[in-house]
Amino acid sequence: MQIDMDEVLEILHRYPREKRHSLAIMQDLQHHFNYIPREGMEALAEYLECPLSSLYSMATFYRALSLKPKGKHIIKLCDGTACHIRGSVNLAGGIGRLLGIGAGETSADGLFSLELVNCLGSCALAPVMVVDDTYYGKVTLEKLPEILNKYREEAAG
Amino acid sequence: MNRTILVCCGTGCLANGSKGVADEFQRLIDQRGTDARVKCYVKRTGCNGFCENGPIVKVMPDDIIYYKVREKDVAEILDKTVEKGETVDRLLYRDDQGRPVKHQHENPFYAPQHKTALRNIGAIDPTRVEDYIAAGGYEALKKALAMTPAEIIEQVKRSGLRGRGGAGFPTWRKWQTAAEQEATPKYVACNGDEGDPGAFMDRSVLEGDPHTVLEGLAICALAIGAEEGFLYIRDEYGLAVRNVTTAIADAERHGILGDDVLGSGRRLKLSVVRGGGAFVCGEETALIASIEGSCGEPRPRPPFPAVKGLFGQPTVLNNVETLANIPVILKDGGDAFAAVGTEGSKGTKVFALVGKVKRTGLVEIPMGATLRHLIYDIGGGIQNDRPFKAVQTGGPSGGCIPAHMLDLPVDFDTLKSHGAMMGSGGMIVMDDRSCMVEVARYYINFLAEESCGKCTPCREGLRKMLEILTDICEGRGQEGDIQLLEQLGHTLQDSCLCALGKTAPNPVLTTIQYFRDEYEAHIREHRCPAGVCVKLTAFRIDADRCRGCTACARACPTGAITGAVKQPHVIDSSKCISCGSCREACRFDAVETEGRDAV
Repeated sequence: MQIDMDEVLEILHRYPREKRHSLAIMQDLQHHFNYIPREGMEALAEYLECPLSSLYSMATFYRALSLKPKGKHIIKLCDGTACHIRGSVNLAGGIGRLLGIGAGETSADGLFSLELVNCLGSCALAPVMVVDDTYYGKVTLEKLPEILNKYREEAAG
Repeated sequence: MNRTILVCCGTGCLANGSKGVADEFQRLIDQRGTDARVKCYVKRTGCNGFCENGPIVKVMPDDIIYYKVREKDVAEILDKTVEKGETVDRLLYRDDQGRPVKHQHENPFYAPQHKTALRNIGAIDPTRVEDYIAAGGYEALKKALAMTPAEIIEQVKRSGLRGRGGAGFPTWRKWQTAAEQEATPKYVACNGDEGDPGAFMDRSVLEGDPHTVLEGLAICALAIGAEEGFLYIRDEYGLAVRNVTTAIADAERHGILGDDVLGSGRRLKLSVVRGGGAFVCGEETALIASIEGSCGEPRPRPPFPAVKGLFGQPTVLNNVETLANIPVILKDGGDAFAAVGTEGSKGTKVFALVGKVKRTGLVEIPMGATLRHLIYDIGGGIQNDRPFKAVQTGGPSGGCIPAHMLDLPVDFDTLKSHGAMMGSGGMIVMDDRSCMVEVARYYINFLAEESCGKCTPCREGLRKMLEILTDICEGRGQEGDIQLLEQLGHTLQDSCLCALGKTAPNPVLTTIQYFRDEYEAHIREHRCPAGVCVKLTAFRIDADRCRGCTACARACPTGAITGAVKQPHVIDSSKCISCGSCREACRFDAVETEGRDAV
C-alpha cells in the first residue's frame, strides 16, 4: 500500500515537536491508517528528534497501536470479566468459524480484523461486540452471522 | 405545561438505539410545530447506570421514567405523557412483584441509592455547561477561590475522603504533601484510565458529568498551587474523551478555566491525554510516564508523585470518582460528607454491579452496606434464580468472595482483611455456572498480558501461574499444582515492583482459599463442576425433563442437537463443542453436565 506522506505530515504537524505528544500522534496515525505504517514511524522519529527504537517500544507496548495493517472493519470483541462469564469466548470461537480468523488476525479478504479487547465499560450489555463504532449488546452465536453479513453485503455493494 | 424529555445517551443506551429515539422525539416535535400544545426539548443526558434496560427516557417534571423505548413508542409518549400527563404503562419498569413503577425513586434499583458522585448524571446535558451551572456547578470553585490552600485541604481532611481508584489513600495527604513542596511548576492530573474489566463508573462520570471532574481538579490545583493539569482518559472511551474535551473548551469560553479563573487572576490550563490501552497505566507512576510520552512502566516509590511526579515536578493524581466528590465537600463542608459512611470509609461508593445478577448497572450507596444488600436488594438476586456462588470485587487485583461472606460490609478495610478488596468498585456476580478455576485463569491471563515486563517476579511469575492454571482447566493438572500456585502467589505479593504485580495473585489465592474443591475436581477427577472448561465438560439432555421445545437445537451453533418437536432431544457428542449454548437456552433445566471422561 502506498502511503501518502502529505497525510502523515499533516497529522504530525497537529502537535508541537515535543516527545510528550508521541502517543497522541501515533494514535492519530493509527486512527487514520488503521495501523502505523513504517513511513509514519520514521517521519515521527525525525519530527520529534528521538530514536526510532523508542517509538517502536511504545508502538509495541500500547495495545491501541499496531504496526501491521488491519482489515476494513475492526471487530472489537469485549473479553472483560462480565462479558467473559456471559460467554465472550464462545463468540470468539463463532467468529473464528465464520471468518476463519483468531484474535489479532485479519481475514483473507481484508474485510475484518478481530481484536479481543479488555473491558469496553458496557458490562450491562454483556457480551458486547463493537464493529468500527457500532455497539452490539447481548450478542449470541445465533446473532453473529446476521451482524457480520451486513458488512459483507455492504462491501459487495 | 412545559415538559422536558430526557433521553439517556450514554454508551450503553446508545448501543440499544437511544440516538434514534432522541432524533425521533426531535423530529416529531419539530414536525408538530405550533400545533403541539406543549413545549419541550430533548436533552441528551449521560449514563443512567441502568443500561441493561435502555434506552431510558424520562419525562420531567412528572418524573415518569420509561425503559426499553423504541422509535415506534415516541409518538405515543408525546401524545399521552407530554400532552396529557398520562403514563404509557407498558413502558414502565416492573418490580420483583410485577407491579409497574412510575417514578425513578420508586424503582428497587434506584430507591436505596445515595447519589453524591453521580448526583447530576442523567439529569443534566453533559455537553452544556449552563446545565451544570444551573445545578449548582462551579459554586464550590467560587468558594474555594476565597479560601486559603490550607483551608481547602482542611475541609478535604475533615471529609475523610479516600482515593476511589482502589488503594484508598487519604486524599488530603496527597494534596498536603504537594502543597508543601517548594518546586514549581506543579501539576494536577485525573486518572481516567479505568482499565479494570467489569468497571465503568469513571466512564459514566466523564461522559455524563464532565464538569464536576474539571471542578474537582480545579479545586485541587488551587490547593496545591498548580496552573496546569491533565486528564488521562482511555482512548476506548470515545464519548468520554469527546465530552471532556467539549467541557474544557466551554469552561474556558465562560472564563471558568484558562488565563483568569472566574475573574480571580489565577491561571489553569487543562488538557486531555488519551490512554494507549495499557492496564498498567492505571498505576500512578506508569500513568505519569505515559503522559510524558514514554512506555507506561511503573517506577519504584518513593519519591511519590506528590514530591516528584510529572516532568519531575510535584503532581497530584486523583481518580475520577474522587474528584467528583470534591465539589460536594467544598460546597456542603467536610463534616457533612463525613456524616455518611463508616468509621474508616466516609461517603459513598459507586459500584458497577454486573455479571449474573438480575439488575445490572451503576449503584452508588453509602460505604458499609453489605454485599447481600447490593446483590439481592438492589441487584434483585441472581439471574433465573440460580444459586449465588461468588462475587469478584476489586477488578483483577481483587478476590472472589463466597456465599457465607455475603453479610460483610463493603468498605476499604473489611474486604482487605478477607483477601479481597473493594478496589475501584467492580462487582462481578457469579452463579453456579461460573467456574472459579477458569475465572482465576482469566484474570491471570489478563494480568500476564498487561504486565509491563519490567520486574521479573511479575513477568515470569504470572506466566508460570497461567501455564499451571491452563493445564488445570484443560485436564493436565497434577497433584502439587495448588501448592505451587500458592507459593508463586506469595512470592509475587512479596517481591513485585508495583501494585499490579503485588495484587495479581489475589484472584488465585482467594479462589483456592474458598473454592479448593473445584480445583481438586479439575485435577483429580478431570471434571469441571460448573460445566465451563470445555475440555473437561460434556453436555447431556435428561430425557425425562426435556419437553422437546427445540430451544436448545436452535441455539446450538454446530447443529449437534436433534429431536422432533415435543420429543426428547439428543446431543451428538462428536459434533458438540461444549459451548453451553444449549444449557443457557433450556428453560426446563434439562441440560446436564458431566466430565469428558464419561463420554
